[in-house]
Amino acid sequence: MLTLHCPNCGVHADETDLHAEGEAHLKRFASGSSDDDFHDYMFQRQNPKGVHFERWKHVYGCGKYFLAARCTATLEVFGTYSAQTHEPPQAIKDAITAKRPGWSWGDFS
Amino acid sequence: MKKYSAFAIAREAFRQHTGWERAWARPEPKKKYDVIIVGAGGHGLATAYHLGKNYGITNVAVIEKGWLGGGNTGRNTTIIRSNYLQDSSAAIYEKARSLYETMSQDLNYNVMFSPRGVIMLAQTQSEIRGYQRTAHANALQGVKTEWISPQRVKELVPIMNIDGPRYPVLGGLYQARGGTARHDAVAWGYARACSDMGMDIIQQCEVTGVRTNAGKVVGVDTTKGPIDCDKLGMVVAGHASVLAQKAGFRLPIESVALQALVSEPIKPCMDVVVMANTVHGYMSQSDKGEMVIGGGTDGYNNYTQRGSFHHIEETVRALVETFPMIARLKMLRQWGGIVDVTGDRSPILSKTPVEGIFVNCGWGTGGFKAIPGSGWAMAELMAKGQSPLTEEFNMFRFREGKFIDESVAAGVAH
Repeated sequence: MLTLHCPNCGVHADETDLHAEGEAHLKRFASGSSDDDFHDYMFQRQNPKGVHFERWKHVYGCGKYFLAARCTATLEVFGTYSAQTHEPPQAIKDAITAKRPGWSWGDFS
Repeated sequence: MKKYSAFAIAREAFRQHTGWERAWARPEPKKKYDVIIVGAGGHGLATAYHLGKNYGITNVAVIEKGWLGGGNTGRNTTIIRSNYLQDSSAAIYEKARSLYETMSQDLNYNVMFSPRGVIMLAQTQSEIRGYQRTAHANALQGVKTEWISPQRVKELVPIMNIDGPRYPVLGGLYQARGGTARHDAVAWGYARACSDMGMDIIQQCEVTGVRTNAGKVVGVDTTKGPIDCDKLGMVVAGHASVLAQKAGFRLPIESVALQALVSEPIKPCMDVVVMANTVHGYMSQSDKGEMVIGGGTDGYNNYTQRGSFHHIEETVRALVETFPMIARLKMLRQWGGIVDVTGDRSPILSKTPVEGIFVNCGWGTGGFKAIPGSGWAMAELMAKGQSPLTEEFNMFRFREGKFIDESVAAGVAH
């Protein structure tokens, strides 16, 4: 079973206590944006076989969101971090680079 | 190719079965093909088959990373139905269901199509309204389904507890000509027919790159070397995003794990497929006597072909509630497949931003039932550049807002 550390309340939560909330670090495009940007924001999701960043909600715990870096090919978890950020912290990036040199995801690498 | 028949079995019985041929050849790739299909699962092989049969295009290679039919084609719960709400869905799924009826004869290969009937249980008021609406829509689409009472459900499935503690059965959407087929045989039958038409099925050959020139596809790089082609069909289900990335475009797809499991074999007790979407489990009995069980997908992206244990528990719990007699059944095997899910839970059969590349993906949790119709339509799209069956399923529909919204229609992934 997938276990993620909730950085908000410090609990190592089983996936049954969590709810996956999709891609992390989405840039939101709404009225006034181009059709292409809006389409990509609404429908184009990162779907990598490998390093992935996603949003989780600790639904049966503290109820708060956090972000996780995970490998979709092995289910390995590289780390979790606060949702109050626009990009993964350097410590998370370093943890990924140690295991997956040369990784990239969206605008990050 | 020698035809399979009762006579052939008798003939071989007299010579210790030494006269059977290989069902399909194992060629090395040629330098160039008119069409390359990536993915030798049901959809890919059906596309190749109909390219040859309907359009006479036989200079075709079907390339497969693993082994033939080893992906979702060999991992599903083999349910066939076409009781969809939206017209464009009903059209392609009903085309598929009708092709299943004659597939064994068409392919000269017994796919064990068993139109045993499919019941989708209504266990909430909203499901009653939803399925009655679908039954009316199906009547207009020419798809034979009916709304049946709880008593009729009990007649068809005596082992079901219709007075369940949480969700009593309030009725059902019944498609009498739905059913099951032997999933491996579908892939094997198509492979044999394709091989017989002179097509090359190349297994254990992974596509490592897609070569384009001035926005047009010219070939693929593979682990068995480069192969040229005029047209390329990408029919790789869960890995659609990975392959599309190699061709330089993105797809509105997310890949998640869907699990299934089978029990130990027991005596025949249920000759209908039952789907219970509120409690979320579905079950049928295979010809071997195993109860074949499926449930929901995991909520997060996954390429590992195994899913979360708690989903098995949820599915089995739901089914024990609906079928109390299975409570002591032992489960024999459990496995997962990677399904490709779109935003509106409908597939993508489409041209792509790269000229000459066509994509067939996004069947999500319900692709097996669509295999022959998908192959029929995809072949027309690739041969003629358009097909009435695929028109609405193009990948640009999201930009236009023209969803084929089966996620709302079904209430769950389906």
